[in-house]
Amino acid sequence: MNLLYTDVEEDLRASVRDLLTDRCPPETVLRWAEQDQPYDKALWRMLATELGCAGLAVPEEVGGAGASLRECAVVMEELGRALAPVPFLGSSVMATTALQVAGETALLADLASGARTAALALPFSAAPGLWAPAEETVTSVADVATADVLLVPATDGLYTVDTTAVVRTPVTSLDLTRPLCDLTIDRAGATRIADAETGRRAVDAALVAGAALLASEQLGVAQWCLDTTVAYVRTRHQFGRPIGSFQAIKHRLAELWVAVAQARAVARYAAGCVAIADEDAPVAAALAQAFCGPVAVTAAEECVQLHGGIGFTWEHPAHLYLKRAKSTALALGTADHHRAALAELVDLPQASTQVA
Amino acid sequence: MTSNGLRERVADFLTAHDPATTPRLEFLRARFDAGLAWVHFPDGLGGLGLPRELQTTVDGLFTAAGAPSNEPERIGIGLGMAAPTILRYGTDEQRKHFLRPLWTGEEVWCQLFSEPGAGSDLAALATRATREGDDWVVTGQKVWTSTAHQARWGILVARTDPDVPKHRGITYFVCDMTDPGVEVRPLRQLTGEAEFNEVFLTGVRIPDAHRIGDVGAGWQVAQTTLMNERVAIGGRAVPREGGMIGVVAGLWRTRPELRRAALHDALMRYWVEAEAARLTRERLRQQLAAGEPGPEGSAAKLVFARLNQEISAFELELLGEEGLRYDDWTMRQPSTVDFTGRSPGYRYLRAKGNSIEGGTSEILRTIIADRVLGLPAEARVDVQVPWKALPK
Repeated sequence: MNLLYTDVEEDLRASVRDLLTDRCPPETVLRWAEQDQPYDKALWRMLATELGCAGLAVPEEVGGAGASLRECAVVMEELGRALAPVPFLGSSVMATTALQVAGETALLADLASGARTAALALPFSAAPGLWAPAEETVTSVADVATADVLLVPATDGLYTVDTTAVVRTPVTSLDLTRPLCDLTIDRAGATRIADAETGRRAVDAALVAGAALLASEQLGVAQWCLDTTVAYVRTRHQFGRPIGSFQAIKHRLAELWVAVAQARAVARYAAGCVAIADEDAPVAAALAQAFCGPVAVTAAEECVQLHGGIGFTWEHPAHLYLKRAKSTALALGTADHHRAALAELVDLPQASTQVA
Repeated sequence: MTSNGLRERVADFLTAHDPATTPRLEFLRARFDAGLAWVHFPDGLGGLGLPRELQTTVDGLFTAAGAPSNEPERIGIGLGMAAPTILRYGTDEQRKHFLRPLWTGEEVWCQLFSEPGAGSDLAALATRATREGDDWVVTGQKVWTSTAHQARWGILVARTDPDVPKHRGITYFVCDMTDPGVEVRPLRQLTGEAEFNEVFLTGVRIPDAHRIGDVGAGWQVAQTTLMNERVAIGGRAVPREGGMIGVVAGLWRTRPELRRAALHDALMRYWVEAEAARLTRERLRQQLAAGEPGPEGSAAKLVFARLNQEISAFELELLGEEGLRYDDWTMRQPSTVDFTGRSPGYRYLRAKGNSIEGGTSEILRTIIADRVLGLPAEARVDVQVPWKALPK
């Protein structure tokens, strides 16, 4: 498995980063977070349609770019780095994966072109193997605020529901840059796109792909926190020296760099596995969430701490990354859930509770 | 040369030198001369000037053919540290003289770097080398020297100019370990065995022809050795559950009576950490395939040390009563570290050396902070001062 970046991926990264540097600097992100509008639709159009990112993982015959989730992972890194307010994970990764398993090509083509977006009607905390069919109400759903279509898992299959038939109640979310909604779904006009078995597979595949690629977003978050903190401690002076010359600070940042380098290898492996539906993909995705979520949280916490007073302010963007990092660590399964899942997958069973 | 071309070359070699009938040493020498020893080395020096990653292919073909091995675990210091340094800084004559018997294992190498007064602060070393005609005369003491009792040669750093700041007065030599002025004494470790030695150098004569690099440039030359050492310690490619995690995972699977609920999540945390470390080493290996080891190797070594210590400690906890026993305190001088072949108590104790040997974890963090992250250097009192004026 190639754990490095290909030239094509580096080109893609450069395009996405250029766009985000131009359209999505930290002060803009904070402004969006303070408004009622959850997503920057103009930014989404440029990312999804003009750069063609929405269709990266969609085959060319369905109107996509014919790349794979590996390339999507690079986009996720950049979106994480910028905390870009766009529904890429929910629509271009998770819903797109579910629709491919379900074989629903018309909606898939619309998602690929960026004309419409879709979201899975499950709480953002749902994980592979840890979700239940949606009831009439579903809480804490991500990437749904501006979605056109909902993918609703039911006991008898997977349905699409136009969001005009859905009451979306925005909730106050811990992560200011990834708004959540509670949903009340009217299924009168719902369309069944997969039977129970296929629907279950579609949802699990979406959650595995989501968990795998969320690791790349976490990597982007962690990398921003590391880079920003390193830049800060090089210039911030106390006691007549840059604080980055104190060993107490150097060693913390060295450890963080090591952790981020590890997260990169883990995230690349997970993206590579889900991109080719490798048999190791469930292990790779669980590993990715067991490892990269905590690394992003550590990076954001170190960023706040090592910035000292300024890091605790509303004005400095560090808090946006802290909130994103901690929320993603709870999203798509917590680290302990994924460790328990790994235990099953690699045959390291729980201790029996029976007394001999 | 393509991968296929290389395969053909190996096949031709094996036809010309039947591994079953060719004497071991003759086979190894011929393999070196055919450029199949380390393909990333230059033509005429055991290589073909090919990318480093192709060596894995070559090694696989030789192993599959039942070819005799140069027993890399026995000559790790030569292969991992002396060879890349000699290749980079040695003269043509030195390369031709040293590399072939180094690779075939005819000559074992050791590393004469650390001193009682110069561990982490290697540049403070006090072993003196004084010029006398065409020779250097060396006097001092080295410590933590593995394989010194078997070695033919030692890579040595010594002080040639005490009047300049410490980093600038060091020169790099190859020391003949059979010189009558070399005395090797085993140094017993907390595991009970003596993997390492103390080496006393008294009036050892080293010809100037065995100097590696310029006089006073020893510190820069030593950096190449140390970077490669850290890669050698932390950078081996291993399969999933290779190493210490495989030991405890195997124990967990085969000994259900040892399982306790509180230890399960700890086990899975280690499993996750070990697999992340493995993938990171694999990614580093892919990066290195084309180029030279950089300070990134320090990260692999840092993580390896921490995990090996934590997981070997976990093994003792998992074992409970059995952890109270030790296999053998007999003083021995092993030629390699048999980490998995010994008892859990030995693993726990030996792992304590992992964060000290090859650069302490503290020094590695400083290296990463300075060279990777570009953080400003700590305020120092020892850089602009002549070595002889430093407090000792």
